[in-house]
Amino acid sequence: MIRLENIHKDYGSVKANDGVNLSVRPGSIHALLGENGAGKTTLMKILSGFIAKTSGRIFVCGNEVDISSPVKALKAGIGMMYQEPMDFPQMTVLDNLMAGRPSGFFISRKKALHDLDRFSSDLGFSFNPASNPASLTLGERQQLEMIRLLSLGVKVLILDEPTTGITDLQKDVLFFSLRRLAKLGHSIILVSHKMDDVTSLCDEATVMRQGKVSGHFSRPFSSQDLLQCMFPSGGDVDIADDYQPGDPFYFLDQVTASSSRVVLKPISLNFRQGEIVGLAGLEGSGQELLLRVAAGVSHIHTGAIRIGDTPLTARSMKAYQSSGVFFVPGSRMEEGLISGLTLSDHVALCRSGHTLFTRKRAVESQTSRFIENFFIKASPHSLVDSLSGGNQQKFLLSLLPDTPRILFLENPTRGLDHDATAAIWNILKTRVRHSGSAVVFSSSELDEILQVAHRVLVFSNGELMMDRLCHDLDPHDIGQAVSGIKQTKY
Amino acid sequence: MSIKTIGRHLGLPVFHVLMILVLSLFIVSFIVLAAGVSPFTAFSLLYQGSLGSVSHLGHVMKSFFPMTLCAMGLVYTYRISLWNIGIEGQVIVGALSAMVLFRLFPEPQVPSLFFSLGIVSAFLGGMGWAMITGFLKSTCGVNEIFAGLGMNFVSQGLALWLIFGPWKRPGIASMSGTDPIADVYCLIESGPLSISGFELILVFILFIFTWILIRKSIVGLKLHASGSNPFASRLLGLQPTLSIHLALAVCGGFAGLAGLFQVSGVYHRLIPSISSNYGYLAILVVLLSGFDIRIVPIISFFFSCLLVGSIQLPMMLQIDSSLSGVVQGIVVMVYLVYMGIARHLNSRIRKPVYE
Ligand SMILES: Nc1ncnc2c1ncn2[C@@H]1O[C@H](COP(=O)(O)OP(=O)(O)OP(=O)(O)O)[C@@H](O)[C@H]1O
Ligand SMILES: [Mg+2]
Repeated sequence: MIRLENIHKDYGSVKANDGVNLSVRPGSIHALLGENGAGKTTLMKILSGFIAKTSGRIFVCGNEVDISSPVKALKAGIGMMYQEPMDFPQMTVLDNLMAGRPSGFFISRKKALHDLDRFSSDLGFSFNPASNPASLTLGERQQLEMIRLLSLGVKVLILDEPTTGITDLQKDVLFFSLRRLAKLGHSIILVSHKMDDVTSLCDEATVMRQGKVSGHFSRPFSSQDLLQCMFPSGGDVDIADDYQPGDPFYFLDQVTASSSRVVLKPISLNFRQGEIVGLAGLEGSGQELLLRVAAGVSHIHTGAIRIGDTPLTARSMKAYQSSGVFFVPGSRMEEGLISGLTLSDHVALCRSGHTLFTRKRAVESQTSRFIENFFIKASPHSLVDSLSGGNQQKFLLSLLPDTPRILFLENPTRGLDHDATAAIWNILKTRVRHSGSAVVFSSSELDEILQVAHRVLVFSNGELMMDRLCHDLDPHDIGQAVSGIKQTKY
Repeated sequence: MSIKTIGRHLGLPVFHVLMILVLSLFIVSFIVLAAGVSPFTAFSLLYQGSLGSVSHLGHVMKSFFPMTLCAMGLVYTYRISLWNIGIEGQVIVGALSAMVLFRLFPEPQVPSLFFSLGIVSAFLGGMGWAMITGFLKSTCGVNEIFAGLGMNFVSQGLALWLIFGPWKRPGIASMSGTDPIADVYCLIESGPLSISGFELILVFILFIFTWILIRKSIVGLKLHASGSNPFASRLLGLQPTLSIHLALAVCGGFAGLAGLFQVSGVYHRLIPSISSNYGYLAILVVLLSGFDIRIVPIISFFFSCLLVGSIQLPMMLQIDSSLSGVVQGIVVMVYLVYMGIARHLNSRIRKPVYE
């Protein structure tokens, strides 16, 4: 259905795509894999008209097409869904659906409503047309975006890392709908770092490496084959582990808080030195809020927070930071990095303290060190905007100080490839072991939590349902806790 | 820094500035033609009225100094993405604060000391006025444009009230202003241009100061970061709210000094239009300079020439002196269109980001 021939994309001397050939059959789900910075997003943005290719040809159903803008791509039946859905949070679901129509002055409410109904029931979604996207979860907003694209006549649907940040339940809904679409003759291209998703869902898989296609697989294939092709040199990086928790040093006492999504019921907790704590739960169940509240980023209504004997309640973020408490947000470009600045600019800002002048050399060599230690594909002078999603995430984590006392991380490995995930956890674990700090993180993947955390906290509807150490854990209990049944301590 | 690197640093912006000026003058020519006057005559009169003689140049410099001060102040606030429309009012309040001191001590024992106090008073006045805007923004979430606009009206009203009320000349209250200030508070003009050495030196020092702070120190980067992503900046350990207050404070202080220049250097009294709109003009100046401190004096000088040069147009040509306003407006419009196109072209031929 779609054929890409010899696609090139150069950013100066960087060859983001270097002669890519790819064909996608109708009615198939096609995975696009590759390490961070391999050029997947670039290729998909070319196909959907968001960026212009340097050279190459694109065929749809055998005819060469000119895709120089997203509108032209939509006309050719190609639509791309971003990880952060691009909707207008001020308007209702229905308005969102109508706003995206490229032509026609008069909008037909009836037709939009009809489309919403038809596609929702087809794909197993359910929406209230009058509700507001801001009240939807990430997964629901994705579904909305998908319906919008389909109602515009999209036959080839591109999804860039759709499963990072949504819950397993929503993942099932998503996969069901994708299978259904494939049956109806649509083609799906799925960019993903998760091997399990790919092996269970996709009919074909193409692996990219350094801007080129390095392998192609058709069903059946195993994760082993794919990983081998993506990281030919890398063996499995195993995550070293030895859990020797120290004394409790970070205390939350009867803390309550609320966000637009959830109200946090009074909660008392402590974190120990040398401990890695994973927060689980459905999206919007309170684990994200707890993370932000504990890190001093969101305000608490009542209760108290202290580190050792130092009270932190209602102190500024700066005070938290000087006590060694740091936070890394999940949305890297919106909340973490500053668009328009280079990597070294960020390092300079982080390290400047109260000095007026920074030594350029020192900052640059420090930046280079970060780039090396965290395997970032960039140079100190790259703008953060030009980094691939995974590399932005790695850079954000590299900015954390070497000896924090406690780290609060929102989805820290979101968008990282298999090797990078392992490498980052190794770095964090080494820090925890050497400096006796603690790491508290949230993750949409239970597997990741079970693999790296020493202790799991499960939230449901703003309430702590379970607080257990990982080694004596029954996955069944987690399932119960997630769905809101309180689990007792051992 | 070698000549070559200076050339490389300045090369591109100066080329753009020249292009914009040439284009604008071209458009203005048509307008002047439509008014039935030869553009050549009009431009040559403009030239003679500003750069044509030493004494005219002196007048140009008298408006150049306060305008440049304001524009340099705005470089700080633009860096942190604030539209400090309120700068006009900050000039006025700077002038008022200086006047208060000058009127309190009409016969100072140690003139230099009291004049210095006047400088401090003007700086603090402008600064305080600006910080009200900052406070409204950071604690009440009032947009700085609306806050600034409101504060401008208040300060203008305050000036008028003083002139027609408490500070009115004995017997008469008139638009021509208050009684003159004591001679010791007037700036001494010297040299062939008969300009004040004090103004020259102060503007020069503050220019170098701002250049170093914004371009060479980490302050510029901090302001930029705080303005473009406050949340991320806080996570990186910066204090964006503090930065907002600092930028506004410095900008207001500079504007206050401009007010002092107007009182001590030009009018020697308080008049209703004491600010001469330099605050508003300075906004156009920084906009045109692309928020680049190095270009600010060039643009500011050009605007001063236009302003002073056009004063005699009505007498000579029967065209209104608002021609200078028309020219300034057109320059800004051309600038916006030009930069829009340049940016568009730039995004097509992206420079290599890294190798
Ligand atoms: N605007 C840009 N300017 C310069 N280089 C860029 C730009 N956009 C992308 N690149 C570079 O192109 C390469 C490919 O990036 P791309 O975003 O396609 O990677 P990706 O495969 O999607 O990686 P990830 O898994 O991390 O999302 C990267 O090395 C990136 O730094
Ligand atoms: Mg990507």
